[in-house]
Amino acid sequence: MKAPGETARRAAELAAPFAVMAIAWEIAAWNFPPFLFPPLAAVFRRAAQILVTPDDFVHVLATVARILAGLAGAFILGGGAAVLMGRSRAAERFFGPVLNFLQGVPALSWVVFAIIWFKGTEQRIFFIMLVTSLPAFAFQVLGALKAVPKDLFEMVLSFRPTKTQMFRAMILPSVLPEILTAWRVNLGNASRVVVVAELVGATGGVGYELLQQQQMFDMAGALAWTLQLVFFVLLAQWLLTALETRAFAWRAAPERSL
Amino acid sequence: MSAAAEISFDNVVKDFPRPGGGEIFRAVDGVTFSIARGDIVALLGKTGCGKSTLFNMIAGLTGPSAGTVRVRGRDPFGEFDALRGEIAIVFQNDRLLPWRSAIANAGLGLEMLGRGAAERKAAAQFWLTRLGLAGHEADYPHALSGGMRQRVSMARAFAAGAGILLCDEPFSALDEMTAQTLRGEFSSLVRENGRTAVFITHSISEALELGDRIIVLRRPARIALDIRLERGMDRARRDEIRENIQAVLAE
Ligand SMILES: Nc1ncnc2c1ncn2[C@@H]1O[C@H](COP(=O)(O)OP(=O)(O)O)[C@@H](O)[C@H]1O
Ligand SMILES: [Mg+2]
Repeated sequence: MKAPGETARRAAELAAPFAVMAIAWEIAAWNFPPFLFPPLAAVFRRAAQILVTPDDFVHVLATVARILAGLAGAFILGGGAAVLMGRSRAAERFFGPVLNFLQGVPALSWVVFAIIWFKGTEQRIFFIMLVTSLPAFAFQVLGALKAVPKDLFEMVLSFRPTKTQMFRAMILPSVLPEILTAWRVNLGNASRVVVVAELVGATGGVGYELLQQQQMFDMAGALAWTLQLVFFVLLAQWLLTALETRAFAWRAAPERSL
Repeated sequence: MSAAAEISFDNVVKDFPRPGGGEIFRAVDGVTFSIARGDIVALLGKTGCGKSTLFNMIAGLTGPSAGTVRVRGRDPFGEFDALRGEIAIVFQNDRLLPWRSAIANAGLGLEMLGRGAAERKAAAQFWLTRLGLAGHEADYPHALSGGMRQRVSMARAFAAGAGILLCDEPFSALDEMTAQTLRGEFSSLVRENGRTAVFITHSISEALELGDRIIVLRRPARIALDIRLERGMDRARRDEIRENIQAVLAE
């Protein structure tokens, strides 16, 4: 059990970087006009307004839906490619370089290609989200599959399980921690890419709203919309952490960390 | 080969490719034997002589390069699924699934046979208790000592209900006290259930204490000695056997 003093110290440590950023911002706000550095109170008021105004909040939801759809698609396709690569050397030799190549293409280039290749806005955004997350998912799932302990796999195999039994008893629990980490990482990346993707003529979403604020030179608005995505990422990470703590209760918790 | 043989090897050879490629490494070099139902057979030999490789071939985890392996008349490698539920292994290290409690680990074998939760739990509980682990059913492997983990892995093998038990140095990772207790448990558990067991050991005393029969291997695996032990042998006979084995292992 942690001492109460310890908990308070942890909380202070957690808050310190944000407090420093907030103070720096406020100092800037006192010294520059509000269209450059609006006071934090104004920013948070705007952010709260977006949250409680249904007409605004649907834009946040639209963006979240785009992130999740892209990630889900990338996870399914990337995971599929990883399973193929894990099963056959030939598949790995083929897909490996292809995925590396895709990973090297900048997100902005995909935006350009998407505009040329697709007509519908949603199709364009889905394509961009998919193609920018797919290689990472594929490599992460492949890494997880390769890290399945061979001796445990052989032990389960010695009971002659069906493919489904092997998957449920051995493969899934063994790859799950790395899959969750992959989701964490890709969620962060995807929420940065999505606003770029939404610049391709979306008539809704956080990216579209950001563009509006830029045209009105409304810095408080731009920050408030940006915060919506940050909030979403924090919320999602918190959910994933909660899931992890529940799913991995079996792990030995070291009393000292690294 | 007798029809009643549980396990039979006929001129079995196993070659491994050398890491560099090119030539091969012969781990098993023409082994022939047959094990009858209900026997407890000790397999003795120096490290690296191919004992684990023989086990893997009995279990069907790997196939022979030449010769035939039969378990209950089936090819354990080629007809892998045909032997479901017939073989259980106690590995050299415990190989428990870290994400499962002791009781869920012990029930794995029956789970793979598609048995219901209640039956699994009852069998796992029964064997954990027999092996002195009552009260630790809900513990995860990381919270158990090495000896306790090895006992869970034995419970897993017994609870699977398989007629053939393969144990790869099951007592070698344990302290002498625990090992002694478990050896006693082991032979009575095997015998009272009429199972066939093959166990690897590098201890001649252990082989003499537990086995009905001792097979001694050279390196690469070839049968050097194959001795049937009579019940109630006198001291002199034991010592003679011990010396014979020592002579072979010293070669
Ligand atoms: N999968 C493998 N690939 C290559 N060589 C192996 C493999 N498994 C075992 N060997 C080699 O075969 C020999 C016998 O190994 P093993 O059966 O594990 O011996 P033991 O169990 O008697 O100590 C060793 O020299 C080992 O290096
Ligand atoms: Mg071995």
